[in-house]
Amino acid sequence: MEKTNKMTKGTVAGIIANLVFVEVDGPVHQNEICYIDLEGTKLMAEVIKVVGTQAYVQVFESTRGLKVNDTVEFTGHMLEVTLGPGILSKNYDGLQNDLDKMEGVFLKRGEHTNPLEDDKKWEFKPLAKTGDVLEAGGWLGEVKENWMPHKIMIPFKFEGKYTVKSLTDAGKYTIHDTIAVVTDEKGKDINLTMIQKWPVKVAIKAYKEKPRPFKLLETGVRVIDTLNPIAEGGTGFIPGPFGTGKTVLQHALSKQAEADMIIVAACGERANEVVEIFTEFPELDDPRTGRKLMERTTIIANTSNMPVAAREASVYTAMTIAEYYRAMGLKILLLADSTSRWAQALREMSNRMEELPGPDAFPMDLPAIISNFYSRAGFTYLNNGESGSITFIGTVSPAGGNLKEPVTESTKKAARCFYALSQQRADSKRYPAIDPLESYSKYAEYPELEEYFRENIDPEWPEKISLARDILIRSREVSEQINILGDDGVPIEYHDRFWKGEIIDFVILQQDAFDKIDRSTSLERQKYMLNWVLDIYHTKFSFESFEDVGSYFKRMINQMKQMNYSEFESDKFKKNEKELNSLIEERKAE
Amino acid sequence: METKAFQKIYTKITQITKATCSLKATGIGYEEMAFVHGRLAQVVKIIGEDVTLQIFSGTEGVPTNAEVIFLGRPPVLKVSEELSGRFFNAYGEPIDGGPEIEGEERQIGGPSVNPVRRKQPSEFIPTGIAGIDLNNAIVTGQKIPFFADPDQPYNEVMAMVALRADADKIILGGMGLTNDDYLFYKNVFDNAGALDRIISFVNTTENPPVERLLVPDMALTAAEYFAVDKKQKVLVLLTDMTLYADALSIVSNRMDQIPSKDSMPGSLYSDLAKIYEKAVQFPEGGSITIIAVTTLSGGDITHAILDNTGYITEGQLFIRKDTDIGKVIVDPFRSLSRLKQLVIGTKTRADHPQVMNAAIRLYADAANAKTKQENGFDLTDYDERTLNFAKDYSDKLLAIDVNIEVDQMLDIGWNLFNKHFEPAEVGIKQEFVDQYWPKN
Repeated sequence: MEKTNKMTKGTVAGIIANLVFVEVDGPVHQNEICYIDLEGTKLMAEVIKVVGTQAYVQVFESTRGLKVNDTVEFTGHMLEVTLGPGILSKNYDGLQNDLDKMEGVFLKRGEHTNPLEDDKKWEFKPLAKTGDVLEAGGWLGEVKENWMPHKIMIPFKFEGKYTVKSLTDAGKYTIHDTIAVVTDEKGKDINLTMIQKWPVKVAIKAYKEKPRPFKLLETGVRVIDTLNPIAEGGTGFIPGPFGTGKTVLQHALSKQAEADMIIVAACGERANEVVEIFTEFPELDDPRTGRKLMERTTIIANTSNMPVAAREASVYTAMTIAEYYRAMGLKILLLADSTSRWAQALREMSNRMEELPGPDAFPMDLPAIISNFYSRAGFTYLNNGESGSITFIGTVSPAGGNLKEPVTESTKKAARCFYALSQQRADSKRYPAIDPLESYSKYAEYPELEEYFRENIDPEWPEKISLARDILIRSREVSEQINILGDDGVPIEYHDRFWKGEIIDFVILQQDAFDKIDRSTSLERQKYMLNWVLDIYHTKFSFESFEDVGSYFKRMINQMKQMNYSEFESDKFKKNEKELNSLIEERKAE
Repeated sequence: METKAFQKIYTKITQITKATCSLKATGIGYEEMAFVHGRLAQVVKIIGEDVTLQIFSGTEGVPTNAEVIFLGRPPVLKVSEELSGRFFNAYGEPIDGGPEIEGEERQIGGPSVNPVRRKQPSEFIPTGIAGIDLNNAIVTGQKIPFFADPDQPYNEVMAMVALRADADKIILGGMGLTNDDYLFYKNVFDNAGALDRIISFVNTTENPPVERLLVPDMALTAAEYFAVDKKQKVLVLLTDMTLYADALSIVSNRMDQIPSKDSMPGSLYSDLAKIYEKAVQFPEGGSITIIAVTTLSGGDITHAILDNTGYITEGQLFIRKDTDIGKVIVDPFRSLSRLKQLVIGTKTRADHPQVMNAAIRLYADAANAKTKQENGFDLTDYDERTLNFAKDYSDKLLAIDVNIEVDQMLDIGWNLFNKHFEPAEVGIKQEFVDQYWPKN
């Protein structure tokens, strides 16, 4: 989108909540940003429809007090974010305003704050040399942002090839200092600084190729890593009725997942949950670097009471920042909670514009919008041969816990992993309440990943996983039969089969997110415990009556839970393990 | 009626519906207040010179030549210490016969708190009810509703919670309260000698339903005054939010909006969130805690109002009658306080989380045993024991007439475990078993 010399102006012609009709005096672009002047306060708005000389704009803030004939200035560009060093550890709103720079306890209308620091000096180290030919996204140099190497790149907006004419020496510079001069194909010299801008609704494509994901992304959550693994660069979603532990699970993922950077888009959710992240992340030790978790985290907070239109923007802002860091060759984990709120923001707007509604009054193009957004994640090979990835996990809040509603259905088509949170499991406090059988990971079937498992975890890992699943299925089947026929209406081995599934449930699937040790389990340990439960499965026990079965297995479960609560291979762990062994000897059939 | 000099008076209404009227006017601000035929109204739509006003008390009898006077400001509430102990209607006008309030005019429905300026809620609010304190501890700055069928004694429970909770101010926002319930609250507060720390904004069933839309904002503006300016701990009670949502749907229907699920407006989530998110722990010490009531019909939690509320609030409390013991209990399965993790086991005894979970798990086992029993199967010895445990647990802990300290609740829990189970069946960390399992 080119900037024109004469900026289009307009006047307010009508107001319905945050939808404002603007009579314009010149050209306007779809999705162009404009500012409405309300007695000196500039309200940011985005063009979402144009009819004749009227632009329909959605205002990102409250329109209280706005009057017909108030003036409007158009900017000539779409909603953009500023990309450069200083994004890490920031708390932004959906429009990339730095929330910490805002004054006062309450948000003020029309207050826009700088997303980066103008004066801060960064230690710059050149990576390219004079004469190098680079494309958009090509690395010119790097600065240390917290502990992370932050690459300074040829801006993504640049098309074609650029020759590095000069590059500044290593040293300290601000984001506005010129650090390189590049020459375009026509011989024109361009000065580059450390920052660039990018429109959030457009995907950054500065990479060579996007292969199928082929590596596991470790999360420390057993029911995910062991049974429904997510790949690095993969997509997943967590639908769940309220109260099933969606947020706790997301927080666990953000704390433990094996990623260089975490971006949390708190989209239309509870403010206190964001506060929890604000409060805990700066305190939490990052198990991977030994530093604080916040140092590799950026939070985009648009809580449910903040303006609705900015909610829609917030997920795009988060994705664009993720794409920027991916282009530096980093592993990004992007979490959005919740994409349903984003869809509802779309619905509110579509409703005000009196568009013909699709299912449940959502806009007709909702599935397209969602799949388009999910497709921006992925593992990429960059032009210089390095790789970077965005793993995206979104939550969905299905209305009434009904998984047939439009947002869940549309997301199901777009995401490759499905983590179904079950109300029944939540009710019986079997957390995380991910239903192991309803959930799936399409990545588990990828031959690339299967090979990865065999090489990196256990040569028979895929077989073991499928056996564990079968045990769970059989356990569930006999539990239904026991319910129908009664405890004594079935053979004792049915009870044995049922409890062997319960062991997997209690020892592998259930995990205490609030326990220091149990909350995150290494792959090594996951493998160790899975082997244990499978050994028990293969062991024949002898029982006199069905009543013995339950109480015996409960003792076993108790022993193994104590193992889960102790440091791996510690004395306490080994002591419990020893007791478990003697417990098994008690009833082992010859 | 407040009027100012040089106000332009319009007398030509072009359109009247059940809740709105339209006229031609200029220079009008969005959400501005006006008087139409002496009734309070608010601007909800402006297209060119056509201004649409929502008349809170309804349009019955409004003539097309009615006087329309714009006030040039959004709805306001006068705030000062004088609010204490007073009863107001939805417009913030005294209904207790007392004098008008003198104070600073504040716009209601003001801006939201910057999330980075919020403090993490960390102060436990004990209520003495084990169904709440033990299983669903409430924290300052939290928002949590009771989900209850209309025949449950939710107003009684809420009044009890309000009086037992340690708060500097209690602000009641009553929407569609029956006159009887209104008088009930008045009496209870009066008898408790707590009237001077209570402020009420009440819309009864005798008042027009659309007026209710102002009640939460009025109550919360008063709450913000005491929590921010006076740094007080404020507890806001909102009852019944279902009737509030019904009023929203009436208005959106009159505005020809396309309804989404259950005839509710598509913006229901944002509308409710704007209210509930006013619950906050301020860094300077003040806090706003919201306890609401949302009535449901026949336990249907998939209804849009309940469902959206559940996604906004930090948990919910279900009350139901346990027919086995003949008492009203706080249902441990469907109830949840999301912020309890911030205090249980740290602000309370360390065994709190494990005792809570173990008891609920055993209670779930009892529910399964009960199903088995109802289907005519023989029960195992373990099943029998869980059933007995469930009865004790319901009676001694879940019932809302329990009024004890948290430590006592935990001790009762351990005693019940000991009475009915072996330590291995309870599945609690060994160190707690060693410390708390009653030695016989």
